[in-house]
Amino acid sequence: MSWFETLRTGLEAVRSHRLRSALTVLGIMIGIAAVILTVGLGQGAQDQVKSAINSLGTNLLTVSPGSSTSSSGFRQGFGTASTLTLSDADALSSKVVAPDIKAVAPVVSAGEPLSDTVNSNTWTTTVVGTTPTWEKVRNRTVSQGRFIDGQDVTDHTAVAVIGADTASELFGGIDPVGQVVDVNGVPVTVVGVLNPVGDTSSTTGSNQDDQLIVPMTTATQRLFGTSSLSSILIEATSGSTLSAAYQEADAELLALHGITTPAAADFTVASQQSLVTTATSVDRTLTVLLGGIAGISLLVGGIGVMNIMLVSVTERVREIGLRKALGAKPAVIRRQFLLEASVLGLSGGAVGAALAVIGTRLLPRAIGYPVALSLPATGLAIAVAVAIGIIFGVYPASRAARLAPIDALRNE
Amino acid sequence: MAEVIRLENVTKVYRSGSLSVAALRGVSFAIEQGEYVSVMGPSGSGKSTLMHILGCLDVPSSGRYWLGGEDVSHMDEVDLAEVRNRHIGFVFQQFNLLPTMTAWRNVELPLIYAGVGRAERRRLAVGALERVGLGDRTDHRPGELSGGQQQRVAVARALVGDPSLILADEPTGALDSTSAADVLSLLSELHRAGRTLVVITHDPEVAAAAERTLRIRDGLLVPAAEAAL
Repeated sequence: MSWFETLRTGLEAVRSHRLRSALTVLGIMIGIAAVILTVGLGQGAQDQVKSAINSLGTNLLTVSPGSSTSSSGFRQGFGTASTLTLSDADALSSKVVAPDIKAVAPVVSAGEPLSDTVNSNTWTTTVVGTTPTWEKVRNRTVSQGRFIDGQDVTDHTAVAVIGADTASELFGGIDPVGQVVDVNGVPVTVVGVLNPVGDTSSTTGSNQDDQLIVPMTTATQRLFGTSSLSSILIEATSGSTLSAAYQEADAELLALHGITTPAAADFTVASQQSLVTTATSVDRTLTVLLGGIAGISLLVGGIGVMNIMLVSVTERVREIGLRKALGAKPAVIRRQFLLEASVLGLSGGAVGAALAVIGTRLLPRAIGYPVALSLPATGLAIAVAVAIGIIFGVYPASRAARLAPIDALRNE
Repeated sequence: MAEVIRLENVTKVYRSGSLSVAALRGVSFAIEQGEYVSVMGPSGSGKSTLMHILGCLDVPSSGRYWLGGEDVSHMDEVDLAEVRNRHIGFVFQQFNLLPTMTAWRNVELPLIYAGVGRAERRRLAVGALERVGLGDRTDHRPGELSGGQQQRVAVARALVGDPSLILADEPTGALDSTSAADVLSLLSELHRAGRTLVVITHDPEVAAAAERTLRIRDGLLVPAAEAAL
């Protein structure tokens, strides 16, 4: 008996018990759809985090100061020490010392109260003192006016570039370029507005559209009165040189700070990749957990297939006996029931995948979360559904194949 | 004339636990090609066991059985399936038609297992149905046919593979007398066309339709002289 004939017989058996087959398929379908959707949800969340972090700049390394120790002896955590200086940043910009570093942007930042001089609106935001390279390293552009330039840094000019959200908070509808903002008592002229990147504060810890950028020198000497840096941003020449740039920055800073053991370093260098890894690890754990639960529902669906196939074998004892009497070999009977089970699995998998595809369209609207649909994962899920049909079909099928024709025919 | 069936001292013992029941206790006979033979006996006489062995649905405990010149007494399940497919056409008391399939699809079943192509199967199945007078019922399901018609579909199914032997087990047992007569005349017609038929029955009228009757009692054949009494 050819495979085609076997398949046709299997399909007929599935068709002749429509309701029962549909219910069996339902179990597999729900399982498959659940697996695809949970994995898609997790994937979507991870993609979102990744793109949020990448919006901070590409191939980016961040050097933060180490911890300081308070007078009472408590170490106060990373970023609290004043160990990074402008000369560190200058040294890292050297092509000789660090050939794999493309650009360096030193950053001092602090939260400061602002008020505009038109409406006297007040607003507190992050004031960032940096150099013109910040724009490139951070992957930002201005929508109006200009970014701060080298002359501003040299001249300690009281100018600022503000984020889109800061602009709307302070000036509402008015064109902010040319307006004067009072930063902690110092009048600063707005020369540009940054293009918005969207609120990423949930993943990056701060709203990238709400900040005020001033020249480095203006910040250190006129606003903050400190010359120690909050961080140094480093852009590697490419993604493949990122780890080389990391090594160079690390080695150079250790040498500059006169530290011999890396464990005693008074700074930390972090890559975006490590940020991504940290930020997505929770999502991944959740994905695995939810995927596991969905997997269990798939298993239950598989047991449903087995149950139905066993019922089917018992119910069709006479048919099996007759087919055997007419010359069907045990292998042919086994194949027939296996195919029937895999048809159930395949239909469940296909309908479940279709349902998941619809779900990935509708779900983001309902829950406001992106759901990624991965084609290989969907294909795999369908394959798993068929495999479940076969695995759980083996036992019923071999029971059918073992039936002796006389016992089967005697059954009235 | 060639022998279709030869049994030599066939026994069948069923064991269940320590209990063993001898259903056949040494049966020997031969059936020639073209013969119409009935096997008669009361229930418990061993005639069902004999039918199973003749039909290659079971193997003898001892003794030998040649079917179409081939010794089938020690074949395994797979070879027996093939022998049944090639050599035997079954007609059962309960018809045993698949209810979801049309008449011609039921008739083509043995050909599917013989590996015959689809178009050829359709041709042969329709031919067999015409042969039993159901050429106009090829697309009816069993539920849409009368008992007599269903049994004729079963006969068509037994015929379609051109087997060496048609083995009918109480073929009229589930039919009213008109349909029974109808099926018996169909069997006689097949006999006249040269088919070899073995009919297992407890009904003397059915047995009488055959040329020769083998009587069985307590697992043994009753000698012809004794049976006449």
